[in-house]
Amino acid sequence: MNQMATTTTTPSVSVKDLDLAYGNLKILDNLTLDIAPGEFIVLLGPSGCGKSTLLNCIAGLLDITDGQIWIKGKNVTWEEPKDRGIGMVFQSYALYPQMTVRGNLTFGLKNAGLPKAEIDKRIKRASEILQIEPLLERKPAALSGGQRQRVAIGRALVRDVDVFLFDEPLSNLDAKLRSELRVEIKRLHQQLENTMIYVTHDQIEALTLADRIAVMRGGIIQQLSDPKTIYNRPANLFVAGFIGSPAMTMLPGRTVDAGGGVGVDIGGPVVPLAGYDGAVPGAGREVILGIRPEHVTVHPDQGAGIPAVIDIDEPMGSDSLLWLTVAGHQLSVRTTADHAFTHGQPVSVSFDITKASLFDRETEQRL
Amino acid sequence: MATQRPTRLFHNLSAKIASIPMILTAVVVFLGGTIWTVLYSFTSSKLLPRLDFVGLDQYRRLWSNSRWLVSIENLAIYGVLALIFSFVIGFVLAALLDQKIRFEDAFRTIFLYPFALSFIVTGLVWQWILNPDFGIQHVVRGLGWESFTFDPLYNADLVLYGLVIAGLWQGTGLVMCLMLAGLRGIDEDIWKATRVEGIPMWKTYLLVIIPMMRPVFITTLVIVMSGIVKLYDLVVAMTGGGPGTASEVPAKYVYQYMFGAQNLAQGFAASTMMLVTVAIIIIPWAYLEFGGKGRV
Amino acid sequence: MSDPSTIAGAVLADTAIEADAQPRGARPRRALSRRNVMLYGTLIVVALYYLLPLYVMVVTSLKGMPEIRLGNIFAPPLEITFQPWVKAWAEACTGLNCDGLSRGFWNSVRITVPSVILSIAIASVNGYALANWRFKGANTFFAILIFGAFIPYQVMLYPIVIILSTIGLYGSLTGLVIVHSIFGMPILTLLFRNYFTSVPEELFKAARVDGAGFWGIYFKIMLPMALPIFVVAIILQVTGIWNDFLFGVVYARPDTYPMTVQLNNIVNSVQGVKEYNVNMAATIITGLVPLVIYFISGKLFVRGIAAGAVKG
Repeated sequence: MNQMATTTTTPSVSVKDLDLAYGNLKILDNLTLDIAPGEFIVLLGPSGCGKSTLLNCIAGLLDITDGQIWIKGKNVTWEEPKDRGIGMVFQSYALYPQMTVRGNLTFGLKNAGLPKAEIDKRIKRASEILQIEPLLERKPAALSGGQRQRVAIGRALVRDVDVFLFDEPLSNLDAKLRSELRVEIKRLHQQLENTMIYVTHDQIEALTLADRIAVMRGGIIQQLSDPKTIYNRPANLFVAGFIGSPAMTMLPGRTVDAGGGVGVDIGGPVVPLAGYDGAVPGAGREVILGIRPEHVTVHPDQGAGIPAVIDIDEPMGSDSLLWLTVAGHQLSVRTTADHAFTHGQPVSVSFDITKASLFDRETEQRL
Repeated sequence: MATQRPTRLFHNLSAKIASIPMILTAVVVFLGGTIWTVLYSFTSSKLLPRLDFVGLDQYRRLWSNSRWLVSIENLAIYGVLALIFSFVIGFVLAALLDQKIRFEDAFRTIFLYPFALSFIVTGLVWQWILNPDFGIQHVVRGLGWESFTFDPLYNADLVLYGLVIAGLWQGTGLVMCLMLAGLRGIDEDIWKATRVEGIPMWKTYLLVIIPMMRPVFITTLVIVMSGIVKLYDLVVAMTGGGPGTASEVPAKYVYQYMFGAQNLAQGFAASTMMLVTVAIIIIPWAYLEFGGKGRV
Repeated sequence: MSDPSTIAGAVLADTAIEADAQPRGARPRRALSRRNVMLYGTLIVVALYYLLPLYVMVVTSLKGMPEIRLGNIFAPPLEITFQPWVKAWAEACTGLNCDGLSRGFWNSVRITVPSVILSIAIASVNGYALANWRFKGANTFFAILIFGAFIPYQVMLYPIVIILSTIGLYGSLTGLVIVHSIFGMPILTLLFRNYFTSVPEELFKAARVDGAGFWGIYFKIMLPMALPIFVVAIILQVTGIWNDFLFGVVYARPDTYPMTVQLNNIVNSVQGVKEYNVNMAATIITGLVPLVIYFISGKLFVRGIAAGAVKG
């Protein structure tokens, strides 16, 4: 597990050896995570991987079985959510339907006994930042999905806290709204510079918003890195397949000695591994070669690389996704839309090995 | 596959024929019966119905009959008490059961089983428990409090409270079930939101949850009130209307005059008044719920 | 917490944190916390209030009269006797005859079973017709039906007496069956209509495409799917009809009285010495049928009242 440790400053949020188990079922397994102040970290993974659970544990809404949680240098493992210095935004917004927007924003503050002047000040600041001033006297039912989400963020904003927790906040919105609000959240982070922990299953959100991504599966962090590293050097097969759309092509094969170096025999043709960014193994190893569609080139000349046959063409506007058959495997290639390839046409392909990933077939780890 | 295309009349016809019982019942019994009774309440029918109109005579007699006035008053007192307490107790029980406790099913079974009993059974059992010679009063006196008095069923001022105790025992379970269903329909994220904001539980219930449950409250209110107006079996079993007329209720008045005192038109007038009361409750609610009569 | 700027510093910091091991892991919670005591305490106290009458009923019915006169209604029987039960069933006097509750029991059975079958058969077909086959006026009739469910029965009592007398069924068991079926229709039709509207329309359309007609679809598709709702409807109806008193007292004659009416007569209109144990035994026997159904069907029963209580 790589960690860009910033041990020169106190982490904003620190999760140590966190365990969460229901009886014998382990939901979260010995998690350790340090989040720097002002960092935007995304917990990414498929359903059931434990990302929301982890977020709820950090919030204090779930009791953990073992481990500690530190926020801003304070051990908050046994603290109630309200004493942890967090604000939270939920997937279903959870706005109080009977109150106006203003009522929703002030409810918690009034309960904490803050003076009116202070409350008004915070409302003003939050509604300016989120541009919800004209909505203050409306009730949630009269708001659109995007407006509701902004009010939900506002409710966390007025709490004047350091850490913001987002639990899949955009999942309930349609695609267009989702991309609009995504930009707004990024802008918000740039403006406020608070620590933000964001849970999603959408890898696009993760790649665009995160300073670092924690890819999770089965209660364990598979990889913790910045988006570029995760995309280009995925730590294992799962991360490689989860990130990137269209998905990476996985070619099973075995290493052989070839032309002065090592190559991968993918069932006939051998792909040379010269220039690979990682540890090239010896010959005789069962491996999986992973290559992204944009790192494959198709040549109409059959001799310029590994022989292949064009199968399907998926035009996608500015690009085209070509599906080819290579040595009995399916390979996807991204190319410009104005290509001249046709179904059944024999071609050859070459790979940019500097951008490829090689995985041990058994351990699924990147070599 | 060739399908015989049914003519419009044909497939509607089948459904129409099948609906004849419902249509007959609705029109003849519910609509027709009600109109008939209201109509004949303007007559002077005694032993048998007679179509001789006497205007509002029966109603004048009704409203100057002390027995009727007492029964209305009794029903009002019983109704208010039963409504308030069943709501409060029902909601509190539902809130407690909603706390993810152990044995939830067992508790719910216990709170609800009286609802499965007839009002006669309920009335007789509580009559026995409240029996001054053998029941609670006797037991407490036996424990040493010689002058303890608890015989509501023999005390004209307290008999209604005795009825309320039994009525609550029977009916609160239903209110609890409805409230619990309403509570379970509340988005769990709302609870999380209030917890993160540090709102104490009682405030959350009062200011957030209960306002969100308005539809459930209204439905429950309508159901409970409809039941209260029909109060009859419990009174017959527990007190017979006594002592004297201290626990008379409109439904009993109707039965008495229709089948006992051979004064049909009085009975019709009284039941029409009951109808009017229920209509005052139901019609506004139905209008709110379904947006206009006739559209369900 | 010290800032580790060297590896040694990092190790030191780690041990410092380790020494700071508390708080760690799950929040400490005592089983006997204040919250739990209040929560379970309240529930148990209320449960006792609910169970008390049942207990008293059973206990009283198993005692002999001398023990009742001397004793405490809350005390368990010193000597258990089933004599009161036998007497209640076979010998209790209702003012006219002395053959106990058994007569009323069988009357109730003979009233309930046909009523349940009839009302559910009609209501399920009607509910299905309303849900899937629209025809003019259907909704209006349905609205009248629903209002009929709310208006007090008193307003329709006498017209029904007239109808039944005219067709010669007044006072008979059949008459009662008809009355119960009529008054059972609104809630049951609503129940079935709501259920059938929730069945995806694609199923219905597919059947129509296959050539099935009104009755075909009902018997081959809707009926098999609606079995859970049928159970709920049966529970609702059996409980409601068995526990009824008003219709029994208005539309039956002494030899066709259902159990509830008989029970009331036995307990409340007896002259002379009151046999409390027999009374309580009779009360239990009367309440037994719906109670057993309730305990067996548990969750379905809850669903039944919720369905019966919730509007469209």
